[in-house]
Amino acid sequence: MNRNALRAFVVKEFHHILRDRQTLTILLMMPLVQVILFGYALRSDVRDIRLAVVDPTPDHATLELQSRFIATNRFRIVTTSKTPDVIEPLFRRGSADVALVFEPGFASHLRGTDPARVLIAVDASDPNTGTTSLNYTRAVIASYQDERSAANMQVRIVPETRMRFNPTLESVNLFVPGLIALVLVLVSALMTAISLSREKERGTMEVLLVSPLRPQQIIVGKVIPYLGLAFANVLTALLAAWAVFHVPFRGSVVLLLTESVIYTIVSLALGVLVAARTASQRAAMLTAMLVTMLPNTLLSGMIFPIASMPAWLRPVTYIVPARWFIVIARGIMLKGVGITILWRETLILSIMATLLLAAAMRSFKPRME
Amino acid sequence: MQTLRYLLRKEFLQIFRDRFMVAQLMLMPIIQLLLLGNAATFEVKTARMYVVDRDHSEMSRGLVAKLRASRRFVVVGSSPSYDVGDQWMLERRTDMILSIPADFERNIVRTRAAQVQLVLNAEDGAAAGVTQSYAAQIIGAYANELESELTPLVRTASRSDDAAPQASMRAQPIEVRARGWYNPDLNYRDYMVPGILVQLVTVVGTLMTAMNIVREKELGTLDQLSVTPLSQTAFMAAKLIPFWIIALIELTLGLLVARFVFHVPMLGSIPLVFAAAAIYLFAALGIGLFVSTLVDTQQQAMFVTFFIIMVYLLMSGLFTPIRSMPTWAQWMAQLNPVKHFIEIMRAVLLKGATARDIFRPIAILALFGAVVLTLAVRQYGKRIG
Repeated sequence: MNRNALRAFVVKEFHHILRDRQTLTILLMMPLVQVILFGYALRSDVRDIRLAVVDPTPDHATLELQSRFIATNRFRIVTTSKTPDVIEPLFRRGSADVALVFEPGFASHLRGTDPARVLIAVDASDPNTGTTSLNYTRAVIASYQDERSAANMQVRIVPETRMRFNPTLESVNLFVPGLIALVLVLVSALMTAISLSREKERGTMEVLLVSPLRPQQIIVGKVIPYLGLAFANVLTALLAAWAVFHVPFRGSVVLLLTESVIYTIVSLALGVLVAARTASQRAAMLTAMLVTMLPNTLLSGMIFPIASMPAWLRPVTYIVPARWFIVIARGIMLKGVGITILWRETLILSIMATLLLAAAMRSFKPRME
Repeated sequence: MQTLRYLLRKEFLQIFRDRFMVAQLMLMPIIQLLLLGNAATFEVKTARMYVVDRDHSEMSRGLVAKLRASRRFVVVGSSPSYDVGDQWMLERRTDMILSIPADFERNIVRTRAAQVQLVLNAEDGAAAGVTQSYAAQIIGAYANELESELTPLVRTASRSDDAAPQASMRAQPIEVRARGWYNPDLNYRDYMVPGILVQLVTVVGTLMTAMNIVREKELGTLDQLSVTPLSQTAFMAAKLIPFWIIALIELTLGLLVARFVFHVPMLGSIPLVFAAAAIYLFAALGIGLFVSTLVDTQQQAMFVTFFIIMVYLLMSGLFTPIRSMPTWAQWMAQLNPVKHFIEIMRAVLLKGATARDIFRPIAILALFGAVVLTLAVRQYGKRIG
C-alpha cells in the first residue's frame, strides 16, 4: 500500500517537472550550452601576442631574434622603433601586450665579454595573461640561446617535457569534469531546495504530511525525479564533450556514472537540508547558492588549482564534495584509472552521502512547527 | 508619486521581515570575497617532484639539489624506476617526474649537452604549465652554472695551445630581465577582486529581482495589484528600486572588504565607481525584471536567470581573457553588460581611469539598460492585458 503510494507520488512529481516545459528545456540545454561555451570560447591559453620591438641598433642578431618571434605564429610584431618611448602609449591603449627592448650594440655584446641585455616588459594588468606571455617570450629567447650555445659547445641541459594525461593542455578536457560537478549541484541541490520550500510556502507540505506517506518517503519521492534529471544531464554533457570536442574517455563509463550518482545524492541531501532550514523559496535559493554553488565552483579545483591556495584554505576544501568528485572524474576520463586508485575519494563521497542523507531524513519532522 | 512611496515601503518591509535572508544578503559578499580572493590564483607555490635518477652522478645530484634549493619543488620520492614514478603520478602523489638518464654527466663532459625528461601531471592544466616553466628556468640556470665551472678548464687548455680566438668564441649569454607593468608583483588578487564584486552584485541583484515579481504571481497578489489604480511603470519601479539599493549596499560592503582586507589599490575615483554601478545595475536588474515577465514560478525564474547570468559571466573575461576567445565570441562579448562593467571596475580601481576613459562602456551600459527596461515594461503590459 505504502509502496504504491510512493510510486504514485513519484509519478506526480515527474508530471510536475515534465509539465514545466520551459524549465525542462533549460535544464536539458544547460549542460550542452556550457560544454560548447567552455569548449569554444574559454581558453586560458594566450594565442595572439602583440609584440612591440625597441631596437636602437638593428643588427643580424636582433633581426634573427625578431624573425624567430614571427615564426612562432603566436607573436605578431605591431611596431618596431628605435626608442622606448613608444611602449607606454601602446600599453595604455591596450594595443601591445609585450615589449622587447634590446640594448644598443646587441650583436657586438654577444661576441664580447659583457652579457648582451634584453628587457621584456609585459602589460601585467591581467597578471595571468601577463605571466603566460612572459613565459612564451622567454621560451623563444631561450631556444635561440640554446642553439647558439650548441654551436659554441656550451653546456646545455635540454628538458624534454611531457604533459601527461593531457598533452596539448586542452581546456575542454580539464573543464568537462568540473562542469559535470557544477551542473549536478545546480540541478540537484538548487532545484530540490526550491521545490521543497515551495511546498512549504504554499502550504501543500501539510497536506503531504497528513497523507499515508511517511516523511522519509516524501523526501525520497521529491528527490527521485531530480536524480533522474541529473543523470540525463551527465549523459548529455558527456556526449557533447565526446562528440564535439573529442574529450578522451580512458576509463570505465559505468564507474563514472556510478560515482555521479553518489555525488548527486550528496547534492540532493544538501538541497533537502537547506529547504528544511529556510522559510521561503528566496531564502532557500540564497542559502543553496551559499552552501553549494560557491564552494563547489571556487574551492573544488575546477578553475583554480587547489595547490595554489594558501595553506589555511586547503583543509577547507576537504569538506567540499565537488573537490573529490572532480578528482574522480578527471581520474577516470583523463587518466583511465579505476576504483583501485580512486577508492579513497569514493569512500569519502560515500560517507558524505550517508551522513547527509541521514541528516536530511531527520530534518523533516512529521510535524510542522 | 505618493503610491510609489507606499509601494516601496511595502517592498522594503517584505524584504526586511525575513531577517535570515537579509543577514545572508549582507554576509554573502563578505564570505565570497574572502574565499575567492584567496582561492582565485593560478600561481603554484610548491610542486611535488619525484626523481628518477639513473645516473647517480655528482651533476645529477647537483641538478636535484638546485631544484630543491629554489623552494619551488619538494622531492617526495625517488627511485631508479620510471614506472614507480608513473604509478605515483596516477595516484596523485606527485605533480612532476624528473627523469635523469644514465649517461647524464658523461654526456655533459663529453658532448656538453644532455637531456632530462620532465613529466607533468597535466590533469590540472594551469598548474602544470606554471610548474613546467619554473623547472625549465631552474634547469637553464644550472646549465649556466656548470658552464662556468667547466669553462676555466677549457680556457686554460686553449691558452696553453695559444688559441686566443677560442676564448672570444665563447658566446656571452643573453641576459633577460623582465618587468610587469601596472601590476609589478603580478598580484592576481588585485585583478580578480573587482571582477568578483561585479559577479556578486549581478547574481544577487538579478536573481532577487526576477524572483520577486514571480512571487507575487505565485501567491496571487499580482492580480490584486493589477486592479489597483497603479501605473505599470510605478509598479515596475517599486519592484526594481529596493534591489537596486540592496545591490549598491552589497557593492559598498564588498569594496570595504576589498580595501581593508585585501588592500586592493583604488587609484580612481570611488564616486565614479558608484555612478557606473548605478547605471550598470539598471541593466542587470532589468534583465531580472524582463525574465520575471516571461515565467510563472519562482523556480523557473531562478533557473532562467541563472542560465543567462552564467553565460554572461563565463563570456565576460572574468576568469579567462576575452582576447583568447574566437572572433565570434569576442563580438558577442560586446553585447555583454557584465563584461563592460568588469572592464570599468578594473580600469577605474587599478589603472585610475577617469570618466572620459570609460565613457564608451558606460554609454553602452546605459543604452542596454534603457532597452531592457523598456522591453520589460512592454512585456509586462502585454501579459496583464
